[in-house]
Amino acid sequence: MARSVTTQRKTINTTIAWIIGLLIFFPILWTILTSFKTEAQAISDPPLFLFFDWTTENYSTVMERSNYGRFLWNSIIIAGGSTLLGIIIAVPAAWSMAFVPSKRTKDILLWMLSTKMLPAVGVLYPIYLLCIRLGVLDNRVALVIILMLINLPIIVWMLYTYFREIPGEILEAARMDGATLKEEILYVLTPMAIPGIASTLLLNFILAWNEAFWTLNLTAAQAAPLTAFIASYSSPEGLFYAKLSAASTMAIAPILILGWFSQKQLVRGLTFGAVK
Amino acid sequence: MATKASRSAARLMMAPAVILLLGWMLVPLTMTLWFSFRTYLPLRGGDQGWTGFDNYVRFVTSSSFWPAVSTTLIIVAGVLAITIALGVLLAILLDQPMWGQGVVRILVIAPFFVMPTVSALVWKNIFMDPTNGLFAHLWRFFGADPVSWLSNAATPSIILIVSWQWLPFATLILLTAIQSLDSEQLEAAEMDGASPLARFFYITLPHLSRAITIVLLIQTIFLLAIFAEIFVTTGGAFGTRTLSYLIFQRVLESQNIGLGSAGGVYAIILANIVAIFLMRIVGKNLDT
Repeated sequence: MARSVTTQRKTINTTIAWIIGLLIFFPILWTILTSFKTEAQAISDPPLFLFFDWTTENYSTVMERSNYGRFLWNSIIIAGGSTLLGIIIAVPAAWSMAFVPSKRTKDILLWMLSTKMLPAVGVLYPIYLLCIRLGVLDNRVALVIILMLINLPIIVWMLYTYFREIPGEILEAARMDGATLKEEILYVLTPMAIPGIASTLLLNFILAWNEAFWTLNLTAAQAAPLTAFIASYSSPEGLFYAKLSAASTMAIAPILILGWFSQKQLVRGLTFGAVK
Repeated sequence: MATKASRSAARLMMAPAVILLLGWMLVPLTMTLWFSFRTYLPLRGGDQGWTGFDNYVRFVTSSSFWPAVSTTLIIVAGVLAITIALGVLLAILLDQPMWGQGVVRILVIAPFFVMPTVSALVWKNIFMDPTNGLFAHLWRFFGADPVSWLSNAATPSIILIVSWQWLPFATLILLTAIQSLDSEQLEAAEMDGASPLARFFYITLPHLSRAITIVLLIQTIFLLAIFAEIFVTTGGAFGTRTLSYLIFQRVLESQNIGLGSAGGVYAIILANIVAIFLMRIVGKNLDT
């Protein structure tokens, strides 16, 4: 079935694809390389590609000087907490919609999706005001909840599309054998649903990690995650290329690695099952 | 099939998610609507009562409104055109047999996972800086004067940055769609003597039309809301103030909540118009 392709054509394909791939990846590669240069080498003209004195000094400087650990910890708490909380709330909802669908299931799903379309800036002040009134401006818990609410529609949708692929007959068989609802969920559904839940977890962790509207507008010194930490480098006094690169590399490295595992889920999660 | 008991259990299980999202939607939305009809300046006298539709009128008649609309349209249209055109080409390329396909795919997708503040800052300083940026080095190498990208060509620069971030998304979705194309159809056309161009326009492109529409709609919704890329690079200066950025400035920078909220209502309506089309496609897909 596969088309026989001449080696010559395959070579051409490979060459073009690699050139384009490297071109697209270049800004990331360059940032990583720059993070290992000294500040002087980072801005040298002509630019140094590989032959410079590799140093890890920038990394230690960034970590010492800017309390990097706290920002990292905030990112982990906010992205991890909001994702876990979202999953806990979404699993029962997605389960019931996938296995006990009613006439309104479709409408509910679409309505949930529509809340995701709400432009954040349209509700910026109300949320800001509520945070002030409740005394939770610059508070990690508030951000966990807000990011959970933002990603909840995607979480429900992804879980729903995964759950729908689980054959309903298995659940009925369990029910006939006298399994209670709790047992049904715990021993039959959960093991089958774990891969789907894991992918949902992964993608939403990435989305929450990179979220840069609420994290920038609702945090200051206390709850700021890495997105805000990096944004603080835009001030003129922070303009050190090598250190900026080191900070950037540290902020994106974990997600780049996780992201590569989530390619497939990305399509499903962000197109709401419309492209598979 | 489903018993009455399981139905009410199902409702109960849905309740937390539904109630939370309902609250998340209704509370701020109601507040935004409320504020949009009031003169509300927290730093200059607080809430000064009803003004009817004044804020709505003032928002659209202010001198920054139309420039913001046109900037928004230029950025959204520019990014869509670039990401979809290049995305289709890249998807076709990546679908071809080659060595190291998996690695190339990873390279192409990587920018999507870079947090917006990082990509904005890296582009702004390491690439587009007029003195030390890589582009400046390159320009000087060819004997040209370095360009101050983010002040003299600010909007195209932002389009470039945002396109770089969203090209992976378009490519990945279009690639997924292309892989579901029956290769026998293409072979048959090839044997019938259809040129590569004809095969592209009569087979591949029509097959991709649905995926393209979805990419278009989803990206539009996200692109209307881009924030960090502008916040970090130009702060809305040099003609890069989009509609959402204008609203952000009205609300948090000039603390004119009434005016900003009226703008917010416009943004919500605009996003909903796009969303309706997206929902229709997604909804149709649910039935099958």
